Amino acid sequence: MAVKENILAHKGVWVFAEQREGNLLNVGLELLGEGRKIADKLGVELTAVLLGHRIEALAGRLIKYGADRVIYAEHELLATYTTDAYTGVICELINERKPEIMLLGATSTGRDLAPRISARIHTGLTADCTKLDLDLENRRLIQTLPTFGDNLMATIITPNHRPQMATVRPGVMERAPYDEKREGIIEKIKPELSQEHIRARVVKTIKGGKAQVKLEEAKIIVSGGRGVKGPEGFKLIKELAEKLGGVVGASRAAVDEGWIDKAHLVGQTGKTVRPDLYIACGISGAIQHLAGMKESKCIVAINKDKNAPIFKIADYGIVGDLYEIIPALISELDNTKNN
Amino acid sequence: MNIIVCIKQVPDTNEAKIDPVRGTLIREGLPSIINPDDRNALEEALRIKDEMEGVKVTAISMGPPQAEIALVEALAMGADEAILLTDRALAGSDTLATSTALSAVIRYIGDFDLIFCGRQAIDGETAHVGPQIAEHLNIPQITCVEELKIEGRRVIAKRALEDGYFIVEAEMPLLLTAAKELNQPRYPSIKGIFEGFKGDRIKIVSPNDVNCDVTTVGLEGSPTRVVETFPPPIKSRDLEMLEGSPAEQARQLLQRLREEKIV
Amino acid sequence: MDFLLTREQEMVRTVMRKFAENEVKPIAAEIDESGRFPRETVKKMARYNMLGIPFPKEYGGAGGDDISYVIAVEEISKVCAATGVILSAHTSLASWPIYKYGTEEQKQKYLVPLAKGEKLGAFALTEPNAGTDAAAQQTTAVLKGDNYMLNGRKIFVTNGGQADIYIVFAMTDRSRKHKGISAFIVEKDFPGFSIGKIENKMGIRASATTELILEDCVVPRENILGKEGEGFKIAMASLDGGRIGIAAQALGIAEGAFEETVKYVKEREQFGKPLAKFQGLQWMIADMATDIEAAKLLVYKAAMHKQKGLSYTKEAAMAKLFAANTAMDVTTKCVQLHGGYGYIKDYPVERMMRDAKITEIYEGTSQVMQMVIAANILR
Repeated sequence: MAVKENILAHKGVWVFAEQREGNLLNVGLELLGEGRKIADKLGVELTAVLLGHRIEALAGRLIKYGADRVIYAEHELLATYTTDAYTGVICELINERKPEIMLLGATSTGRDLAPRISARIHTGLTADCTKLDLDLENRRLIQTLPTFGDNLMATIITPNHRPQMATVRPGVMERAPYDEKREGIIEKIKPELSQEHIRARVVKTIKGGKAQVKLEEAKIIVSGGRGVKGPEGFKLIKELAEKLGGVVGASRAAVDEGWIDKAHLVGQTGKTVRPDLYIACGISGAIQHLAGMKESKCIVAINKDKNAPIFKIADYGIVGDLYEIIPALISELDNTKNN
Repeated sequence: MNIIVCIKQVPDTNEAKIDPVRGTLIREGLPSIINPDDRNALEEALRIKDEMEGVKVTAISMGPPQAEIALVEALAMGADEAILLTDRALAGSDTLATSTALSAVIRYIGDFDLIFCGRQAIDGETAHVGPQIAEHLNIPQITCVEELKIEGRRVIAKRALEDGYFIVEAEMPLLLTAAKELNQPRYPSIKGIFEGFKGDRIKIVSPNDVNCDVTTVGLEGSPTRVVETFPPPIKSRDLEMLEGSPAEQARQLLQRLREEKIV
Repeated sequence: MDFLLTREQEMVRTVMRKFAENEVKPIAAEIDESGRFPRETVKKMARYNMLGIPFPKEYGGAGGDDISYVIAVEEISKVCAATGVILSAHTSLASWPIYKYGTEEQKQKYLVPLAKGEKLGAFALTEPNAGTDAAAQQTTAVLKGDNYMLNGRKIFVTNGGQADIYIVFAMTDRSRKHKGISAFIVEKDFPGFSIGKIENKMGIRASATTELILEDCVVPRENILGKEGEGFKIAMASLDGGRIGIAAQALGIAEGAFEETVKYVKEREQFGKPLAKFQGLQWMIADMATDIEAAKLLVYKAAMHKQKGLSYTKEAAMAKLFAANTAMDVTTKCVQLHGGYGYIKDYPVERMMRDAKITEIYEGTSQVMQMVIAANILR
């Protein structure tokens, strides 16, 4: 079958190793971890594709994290991501070398780049995968992803087109351990690029400055209630929220006491939220509050009173003083970050 | 200036219920809405129309005949024209096939300076179709736009990253995908609703009409196949109390949350 | 016979619901508490032609129909009955009489800005001694040269002080009793026009209800609506339509309270199970749902009569009588199902129960509705 031949003409697993300002993103390493497993099962090479300018050192690291080969495309116009330059370089490489699988992180870059590549190459692409499996017999990547507002999981394949492309949600796959002794091939290429190739130009990069995430859209909320005891305590709540990349919520009691603005109110008279993680600190769990947050995917309750109703709907409970627990959480987060 | 806005009619996933046995979406009684990000896309086009002379906004969509309602709504918000691409042959299109079909409609319209899409749809959540259309039409793209300025033929956009922004510049023609933060979409006007339903304000076209090869769209033209859908594993709410010193409790909690990929 | 809404009406419902949820609901408790008139909401409604739904486009309206208008009042009232009555009084009692009885000049001058929502309208009939007995008007209008001089005091004027244009009723010929009443279009800036007391109400607190004082108020002769002596007829015809609006408001209040309560009884657990699992409470839920559905059919039917040009006096009265009764009954039960929580302001049913009461009173009490219905049957 012609299709089959076409498929067999494609070999190898590719991972896009995204860098920003000369630093590798974690998701690239996670993809190497996952890609390593897939490549081993298929019995093929795992290649990391790295684009940038004066970042040779990163190529070596990618080998240590599991790549057999690194294709490092070096050009000053690749220092910062642009759709046109990156799409052009990667598509040429794919057409030339024909990988069977290409994984990208579902980052702002990956989700801009991957569909553009898939359309140019004319192949299938799945978005924001949380699980990858293999149908070894057909050399098919079994891609599973949440869809319909996380109400449904879907499993998708790309049977007759190669490479099989997927973007993968950051933080989901395990990165492979760093192996100082690992060796591999680093191929440096110098693509021909000029300013005219880049039709959408990045003229400035702004760090931070993101508008405060709305409570309703936040993935993580750390909320405080009467047990916070004062406006000072909300600084602690805020610190934890920021460390987790979340936002601050509050119960009616805390808002009524004037410890925090009403904009943060969660519950019957405030916002209804459904974050992935809701940490209720010093909140007893009155029905008015529960009405606004009980649909949260994971609820953590921290309260001095072990009989507080909040524990009834929590997944994890800590009986204790939030003034001890929150600092402990913050320092634990700092520790793991530094390692 | 001619602006084309791509609109998708989607089931309102906030109201979604899943058949626990078959693992499929219960479509009955599920309201159909304009995809929320597409509203932002349309709003931006209409804002430009409000602020500049001689702007024409055309809303296009691909979908079943009922998707006409979404286009009526677009007209009621202020779009000048609307085109619906509909045909049985389009059923089962994945993102690549959809972008192929919509690109055909855009080529059929011919004249355009800007194309707006929503960043992503709430059903598929792929964010593929915008960039794929841009590729088919061989025009530049700026995705996830939170702010937009137009200076003559030049577009200056603030594109959102995880931890900041790129300021991106490009010349028309160009495709942009709108983030929620871009604007606050207007409502359809009541007058617009009654006018939108009148006569044949929505042009219905088939792939043939827009020179779209039916083998490149629909199931046949789709490289991907959905093998199965199933409900996400339901996590039972079993309370686990974490014991020990505050430091131990903190460590245990973060360990659990990491295992569950929550943090 | 068709109980299904048209596609236009369905979309009007969707848009109104979203508008109500996003723009009206978030401030409903605040404006109830403070009694603040929501000018910003009026402005937003104007932008989307919500203040001129049933009027033709050539008069600045949306070119919609009466059912769509009813749907708009209903959806707004689900989340805020005060905002609902602002819309209803403006449309049915101020704009409609000009549309129906006004000269072309009056329509261009007054209906167009009203329907566009550039101006807000009000209706001034009730007086301290002329409530249900509306014919006992003491306000007088005397023609002097090219102007009428109006003197008197109106009370309970919805949108009073906030409106720009008032339909004011006054005696031009006391000897002819109710046939001596005339209607006038009065601008708030006419000399001798002023707003008196602002009422502090039990419910619909964010709607303005005021006294209106006319002291040698100078109204140009051309501002008489209809002919001299037609005022009572105009008032009664306007109230027929107004009652459909109030019936829609009452329906909305009942539906809003019911939706909140359905949510609550599924959430609230006592004796280890949600309230929704208690059969006695299920019966209440079933009865309420049935009453609401019946009210809805009456309200839509009255609007349909109006839309089709059929007589609707009796239908409007039945719709208002039943819907108001349903609103009061349903909100009372909803507060009951909330228990103690229903009595505090954290839950909207507390406000809804207070708001419901007025629907049994204004634009004709329930007893007047019964009189109207009986009179129509027994004549």
